Amino acid sequence: MEHFDLSLVNWSRAQFALTAMYHWVFVPLTLGLAFIIAFMETLYVKTGDEEWKRITKFWMTLFGINFAIGVATGIILEFEFGTNWSNYSWFVGDIFGAPLAIEGIMAFFMESTFIAVMFFGWNKVSKKFHLVSTWLVAVGANLSALWILVANGWMQYPAGMYFNPDTARNEMHNFWEVLFSPVAINKFLHTITSGYVLAAIFVIGVSAWYMLKGRNILLAKRSIIVAAVFGLVTSIFLALTGDGSAYQVAQKQPMKLAAMEGLYEGQEGAPLIVVGALTPGKQFDDDMDPYIFRIQIPKMLSFLGYRSGDAFVPGVKDLVEGGYTYVDKNGVEKVALSAEQKIERGKIAIKALADYTAAKDANDTVAVAYNRALLNDNFEYFGYGYLNNPKSIIPNVPLTFYSFHIMVALGFLFIGFFMLILYLVYFRQFKINKWILRLSILMIPLAYIASQTGWIVAEVGRQPWVIQDILPTVAAVSRIDSSAVQITFFLFFTIFTALLIAELRIMFKQIKIGSKEGDK
Amino acid sequence: MIVIKRIFRFYYEGFKSMTIGKTLWIIILIKLFVMFAVLKIFFFPNILKRNFKTDDERSNYVIEQLTNNPKK
Repeated sequence: MEHFDLSLVNWSRAQFALTAMYHWVFVPLTLGLAFIIAFMETLYVKTGDEEWKRITKFWMTLFGINFAIGVATGIILEFEFGTNWSNYSWFVGDIFGAPLAIEGIMAFFMESTFIAVMFFGWNKVSKKFHLVSTWLVAVGANLSALWILVANGWMQYPAGMYFNPDTARNEMHNFWEVLFSPVAINKFLHTITSGYVLAAIFVIGVSAWYMLKGRNILLAKRSIIVAAVFGLVTSIFLALTGDGSAYQVAQKQPMKLAAMEGLYEGQEGAPLIVVGALTPGKQFDDDMDPYIFRIQIPKMLSFLGYRSGDAFVPGVKDLVEGGYTYVDKNGVEKVALSAEQKIERGKIAIKALADYTAAKDANDTVAVAYNRALLNDNFEYFGYGYLNNPKSIIPNVPLTFYSFHIMVALGFLFIGFFMLILYLVYFRQFKINKWILRLSILMIPLAYIASQTGWIVAEVGRQPWVIQDILPTVAAVSRIDSSAVQITFFLFFTIFTALLIAELRIMFKQIKIGSKEGDK
Repeated sequence: MIVIKRIFRFYYEGFKSMTIGKTLWIIILIKLFVMFAVLKIFFFPNILKRNFKTDDERSNYVIEQLTNNPKK
């Protein structure tokens, strides 16, 4: 790794993280609020009650603000691929090309067309056509997310492709394997569901503010009912997809799982940490206790990760040192290689690529065939060849551990919150005390924290890889001047902060105005 | 032709009747201008497209980068 400019790598990573996290401030509310609005409009069309129409239009305005401020913020990530991550974008080009092209067409035709009908068509198209348009906006927004998340899922678990050494690109040989990769499907379902939960909390929080202020009460009560039911159902589904995601992580990214749980020494019947604090400065090869304190559920990590309470879960040390037995994707029992052995295999693969290219130029067909076979045999460890130290395969354990536990704790808090709200709605006839209304408002930032920590787990936990096992972050970066990346980092920071302030100001103003007509 | 006219009028009247939407459209247009006319052009060139003419040249460059073994 000594020939890589770590300052450039770190600034490029920081910039990508900044833009992705800001982008993700806007996206989840769009994904979830679109469905909540569609449900509200469905109630309007079914009952003919004009109050439902007013409620739908009110939330549609907030949806529009969020959509307008957030739209195209994701394009900056694509700019960064071309400039900061040119090796990566070339390396994955064919895999990313198809999903992103479909995303672009789908986003343009579905969202752009039907969003216009949704906002402009109230008195110009029939009620049913308008309702269909609203549903299509919701479906379109979520399908757009599908293609991006399929691309991200492929990076976590590269499936359905082969590496072409002539072009240095990964080429898709099976589109369906890419689309229906279990990692991609789980990632998609878990991610969009988190957006639904966030949107439900947003609607309840804003409605709670109206109830505290004693205005727009009917709007608030009806919105709370729709959002709480939607929120409870989707938050339970969120927990189930979270379990599915963690299962996939255990199979495909065991180091990430070990970091999520702070598990340094592997064990059979591994416990799940419910609450805990890590010992600062803990290294994988020292004798320090990894935890200052912990509350754990015995055998639960083994059960969740491998569907057996007695299964062996490798820890950070096992993954670095190898030697444990595991079952590979073909169901064959194998002894795990150490990181050092994988690095050796990776270096063989990189050298084979270099020798293959040289042999091709020299028209040496024997050497071409030999090096191609050597590359194929070792390609699954290609990325390890860029690492010089076995410790390099360990991600930031504390950041991954705490992010994971914050996300999970908040996820369960939200389930309890929705249950509490529904209990108060149905059994206490909306007698919600002021503290619970205030708590409901506080839930909004907590939902955003949960959403962001989820991405930290996914992306920090998979380091050092930009494509699991095949390309580390250090090799994916373009050789450009790090000062250029620093300048654009601060430029983006300024632009995104301005956009966020604009969103918050317009949103708060609109919430204060409330629904113009109907109940007071 | 009538259909195109109706679609045009649909959008035209929609935009005309917007209230808060006008502020949002101003934000969208400024944002898109900054992104595509400033950031993309001056700060975010596609390095491989800018520096090389053909895909072969791009492939060779990336192979050099990946193998750290420049082709002669």
